[in-house]
Amino acid sequence: MITFENVHKAFGSLEVLKGIDAEIGKGQVVCLIGPSGSGKSTLLRCINGLEQYQRGRICFEGTVVDAASRRIHAIRAQVSMVFQRFNLFPNRTALENVMEGPIYVLKENRKDVRERAMVLLKRVGLADKMNIYPASLSGGQQQRVAIARALAMRPRAILFDEPTSALDPEMVGEVLQAMRTLAEDHMTMLVVTHEIQFAREVADSVLFLDGGCIVERGTAGDVLNHPKHDRTRDFLRRVMHPV
Amino acid sequence: MATFFSHATEYLPFLLGGLWLTILVTVFALALATVLGLLWSLLRTSGVRVLEMPTRVLVEFVRGIPLLVILFYIYFVAPEAGIDLTAFEAGVFGLALAHSCYLGETFRAGIEAVDTGQLEAAKSIGMGRFMMMRRVVLPQAFKIILPPYTNDAVLLLKDSSLVSVISVADLTMHGKMLASTTFDNMTIFTLVALLYLCLTIPMNVLMRKVERAFAEGR
Repeated sequence: MITFENVHKAFGSLEVLKGIDAEIGKGQVVCLIGPSGSGKSTLLRCINGLEQYQRGRICFEGTVVDAASRRIHAIRAQVSMVFQRFNLFPNRTALENVMEGPIYVLKENRKDVRERAMVLLKRVGLADKMNIYPASLSGGQQQRVAIARALAMRPRAILFDEPTSALDPEMVGEVLQAMRTLAEDHMTMLVVTHEIQFAREVADSVLFLDGGCIVERGTAGDVLNHPKHDRTRDFLRRVMHPV
Repeated sequence: MATFFSHATEYLPFLLGGLWLTILVTVFALALATVLGLLWSLLRTSGVRVLEMPTRVLVEFVRGIPLLVILFYIYFVAPEAGIDLTAFEAGVFGLALAHSCYLGETFRAGIEAVDTGQLEAAKSIGMGRFMMMRRVVLPQAFKIILPPYTNDAVLLLKDSSLVSVISVADLTMHGKMLASTTFDNMTIFTLVALLYLCLTIPMNVLMRKVERAFAEGR
């Protein structure tokens, strides 16, 4: 569904992606792990053209992703994104946030969208927060609204950019739970995360990035429980036992 | 004091005629300045160089010229180029042009102050540039822009007194005419000042109310 062929990206003289090759199949949950600055968020943001890569090729269902082309809007409408800092529209209620894309981008009927948005908010456990503005929601609630907003587009895949990193520890569980439900429904998901336990449970495969390269890849069990590379082993030890 | 009031009631009807024109000039000029200012700010944040550069030059140019000179230029020089405007039209256009450049900068600052996360969220659900501006950026920028916008609206109203020098019969002009026939400068210009305050003070109060409503209810 999503393929990377020799993808390179640099910010000025700083090379952040140094030839990424990977393939993500339909219905797969792929977790990207690695130290900060390893290029995992950048890789994710190249898929929907929030960043432009300079060499190589990223294809989404056979269409080349090019941030400068008009086609990028169509790709973005099919590949939703959930951000670390939620990025809900502060001047719209939870329900309006969820309805925004389907009404104004997909041009769907307002009444149908409204019903679907209410179902989605119920699904992430926020049926009672529909008319609340983001500022009055907790981080966990905001992120669940953001997940509902992503789902409202009926996406073919969802990109998660460290969805729990900005949350208070006690809010992490509710967001991971919402994501777990999506995985069970066979949503194609790419997740940049530091939640190793979540990756172990939910991911079909794990990519470990370091220094702009994929150092190790494989099933969650292989990479997380029996890492082959020293760098992976070292990283996992630090993440799992910080003290 | 008693003579002030008795004279004031005598002059007031005549001055109100001028006040009406001051209001007209201000309303038209503010509307046009807002539209032009928005246009300048959108051009300047468009990311397209061939649009950004000329707009920037225009804004810098107009901001560097005194309003009075702009008015003279439009009223006295433009006819030589075949653009014949009435004094009222020239006054409105000159005021609007000058203030559109201040407003444009205010709008641009407001647009650029909207969090980049908001832009990314809008893009990530497939919004094009126009839709993103209309649905996400401008509504949020509006809140940021409102206080300085109010300020400029009041400045524009006061600047509108300058149109009297190109023979627009506004409040200031009516005051001058009356003063030159009656020599009652004290009463007349006090009255003119008070009439301006009657416009600017409610404007300030109203705008502060609107701001507060926006701050609370978003």
